[in-house]
Amino acid sequence: MMILSGDPPRSRVLSILLVVIILALAATPFLFPGAKAMNVAAQICIFAALVASYDLLLGYTGSVSFAHTMFYGIGSYAIAIALYSMGPVWAAVATGIAVGLPLAALLALAIGLFSLRVAAIFFAMVTLAVASAFQVLASQLSWLTGGEDGRSFQLPELLRPGTVLISKSLIGFELNGRVLTYYLVLIAAATMILCLLRVVNSPFGRVLQAIRENRFRAEALGFRTVFHLTYANCIAALVAAGAGMLNALWLRYAGPDTSLSFTIMLDILLMVVIGGMGTIYGAIIGASIFILAQNYLQALMGAASKAAADAGLPLLPGLLHPDRWLLWLGLLFIASVYFFPTGVVGRLRGAGSAKH
Amino acid sequence: MTDLAASDPLPKPKRDVAPVLLPVALALVMIPFVGSTSSWVTLTIASLAMGMMIFIMASGLTLVFGLMDVLNFGHGAFIAVGAYIATLILLPLAGSLQADSLWLNLAVLAPAALLAMAASGVLGLVVERVLVLPVYGQHLKQILMTTGGLIVAEQMLYALWGPQIIPLPLPASLRGSVIIGDIAIAKYRLLAMLVGLVVYVAIELTLNRTKIGLLIRAGVENREMVEALGYRIRRLFLGVFMTGSALAGLGGVMWALYREQVHASMGGDLTVLIFIVIIIGGLGSISGCFIGALLVAMVANYGGFLVPKLALVSNILLMVAILMWRPRGLYAVTSR
Amino acid sequence: MSELLTLSGVHTHIGRYHILQGIDLVIPEGRTTMLLGRNGAGKTTTLRTIMGLWQASSGQIRLAGERIDQRSTPEIARLGVGYVPETMAVFSDLTVRENLVLAARDGPLDDKQLDWVFGFFPALRRFWLSRAGSLSGGQKQMLSIARAIIEPRKLLLIDEPTKGLAPAIVMALIECLREIKRKGATILMVEQNFFAARELGDNVLVMDNGTIVHRGEMELLAADVALQERLLGLSLEAHQ
Repeated sequence: MMILSGDPPRSRVLSILLVVIILALAATPFLFPGAKAMNVAAQICIFAALVASYDLLLGYTGSVSFAHTMFYGIGSYAIAIALYSMGPVWAAVATGIAVGLPLAALLALAIGLFSLRVAAIFFAMVTLAVASAFQVLASQLSWLTGGEDGRSFQLPELLRPGTVLISKSLIGFELNGRVLTYYLVLIAAATMILCLLRVVNSPFGRVLQAIRENRFRAEALGFRTVFHLTYANCIAALVAAGAGMLNALWLRYAGPDTSLSFTIMLDILLMVVIGGMGTIYGAIIGASIFILAQNYLQALMGAASKAAADAGLPLLPGLLHPDRWLLWLGLLFIASVYFFPTGVVGRLRGAGSAKH
Repeated sequence: MTDLAASDPLPKPKRDVAPVLLPVALALVMIPFVGSTSSWVTLTIASLAMGMMIFIMASGLTLVFGLMDVLNFGHGAFIAVGAYIATLILLPLAGSLQADSLWLNLAVLAPAALLAMAASGVLGLVVERVLVLPVYGQHLKQILMTTGGLIVAEQMLYALWGPQIIPLPLPASLRGSVIIGDIAIAKYRLLAMLVGLVVYVAIELTLNRTKIGLLIRAGVENREMVEALGYRIRRLFLGVFMTGSALAGLGGVMWALYREQVHASMGGDLTVLIFIVIIIGGLGSISGCFIGALLVAMVANYGGFLVPKLALVSNILLMVAILMWRPRGLYAVTSR
Repeated sequence: MSELLTLSGVHTHIGRYHILQGIDLVIPEGRTTMLLGRNGAGKTTTLRTIMGLWQASSGQIRLAGERIDQRSTPEIARLGVGYVPETMAVFSDLTVRENLVLAARDGPLDDKQLDWVFGFFPALRRFWLSRAGSLSGGQKQMLSIARAIIEPRKLLLIDEPTKGLAPAIVMALIECLREIKRKGATILMVEQNFFAARELGDNVLVMDNGTIVHRGEMELLAADVALQERLLGLSLEAHQ
């Protein structure tokens, strides 16, 4: 209870689901050996943290930001550039963190103070504009960022796949640097999510919700809403940058496609909506569903597309082509807003409370 | 009857001209920086042409927001769809376009543009009914719905036309430049300026001289009172939405010809620019949108010429500067 | 005297708040009914509910026998209800003329009608082509009322027309409204200013906590100081 900040899942099915996901993630290196499974699991961890931080903004303050991948990218690039230029040493990781986090926070502060003053709608548009400028900037400053190619780098010795800590003969399972990195990612992501849970259940989190419900009333009650919203924006940016750092460490690479693209922004939005806004837990559910679908459904789409083409159906092969994955994503997006506005968590909680 | 407050001095209607002077001042200030007069004229004409095209695309969005508080993140879809639909006429009739006769060229261009506007307008109807109507008054859901709509539209274009860039050469008679002295003015830019001006004047006349226009302006200020006077504002809104979509389609065709290519991502790419324009202009204001579009285009052209590196962030800097000066944009709409 | 407007058991919720808690009232044709009550009693909500700007959650509203509680605001307006909101809500970006052009929904401005309106509000003729936003508070109120009467209406809903106006202007406004009344208009008017209410009202309704707590003749209430104090509190004295 303490660790969940007094905000349990409040639904039996949801609790079971969360426990299963967390156990599966924790046991992935043992249960599903092989690079693909661990990749998917690591992605789920990273995105769960990233989406949870976005939920702080979208679900708890009601402000739509399109700059969240920018902070994610800042984290990724900070680690990548530091390790690329300083070599695979721990000091480089520390440098990346020491540069990346304050940079993300400062930028979030600037955007917040600038655009949260007026109307929520401004914030959405301004973040979109800033994020797109940042994206162009990152691809143009190729001496720093490696441009479209991004930056690949080596990890410190301890985290390399070749580093065997405990050999297979000893425990029937090889504990190597890769597995260690995975657990680093898992634990860091879990810590960030628990921190967010603490934030939203603090008095500060309640003020945020009051602002979301009625900004004028919150202001009339004496809360400086701009300050609170900006503060939330900074916290979200910090966690997003942290998730970006994990992403870079895991991939040993940072580039426009893996850390800055607008597609990631849409993915995040979708994960929040599917999981359930304003719940934090929804982030874990949303990320798990989405990443699993992304990794395993696309193959299915490819097969379906081929089958449709073989059957000589018009149009369908094109629509089912794995590259058209985003089309179905967009449809899912609209459908979920229409039919599923409270997401999985909202649904489960609703069903749970209806029984009482 | 008593003549109430007859002695009250009536404040003179204030004409807020500072924003109008801004682009003029900017252009004049640039003369010494650019150096040669011919480059300056070329850049200025380029800015005006680009600005007019952006204005055409952005005008609908700002009115839609002003009138109904609806923010359409999918506005870019109308731009891309317009451009693609136009290729249905422009590509098969490429022969006539390459004939060196202005009238023959225009005889192909005009129906293409009209078809594009019709298609975008119809798409606007569908989007308004399916994506916007169910979430009136809910900003968050509007953003989610329309963003989803943009993705779907973009992906449909990919699925139907394929992911490749479609080249769209300019008609023969619009290629090249008119030479006056040592100044070269691209012909297409002249056309773009002309069309842009016509659209701007038409919108201003509609807003100021017709009852529909009065209703739109009144509705932007206070839609409840417009309803209390007995007008069905939702029907009006649908009309504005469709017109705005059709104009975005027209802008899409013009932009595609300007760039001489069509691609599904053009809508999404231009959305950012359009947002900056309507934020600068003051959400809901047509004159503001017009000036904002010109400013953005000027900054892009002069900036690109003088400090190419800066061009990447110049729009953001412009937006920051304008909002520092007027936090609600150049012409803030009264009620917001 | 026939009943023009009746509300029976009307409840209105705004968000989580239950504002109107069962309103029953009758507005007789050709008379001016004053709706009084302290702040937050639900007077403005009553007018807005009649106008369809808030949806009644239950109960019936009838205008000349026809149910209007499920109708949309534009439909209700087209049935002949004119509305002068508390905030005046003139379109400040439009000129006086344009404001009236919009108010005359069914066609061009009728010169005779216009002269009739100018008779009440000569200032409007003088500022015909000025932006409404540049008018003074009193002139805006006149424009707002002119908008409501430029076409013949069955019923006028007027929300606190004297609010925030200087005493001299209030007097003049009362004169105007008296004149409109004399032409046979049916008016339901919210008023905090008891003096204005007494001058104009034939009937009176007093609201408290979302219900009607008193119905009667204005004359009787005006003569009965004890009743005034019981219904409206002492604060009214301050208005006089």
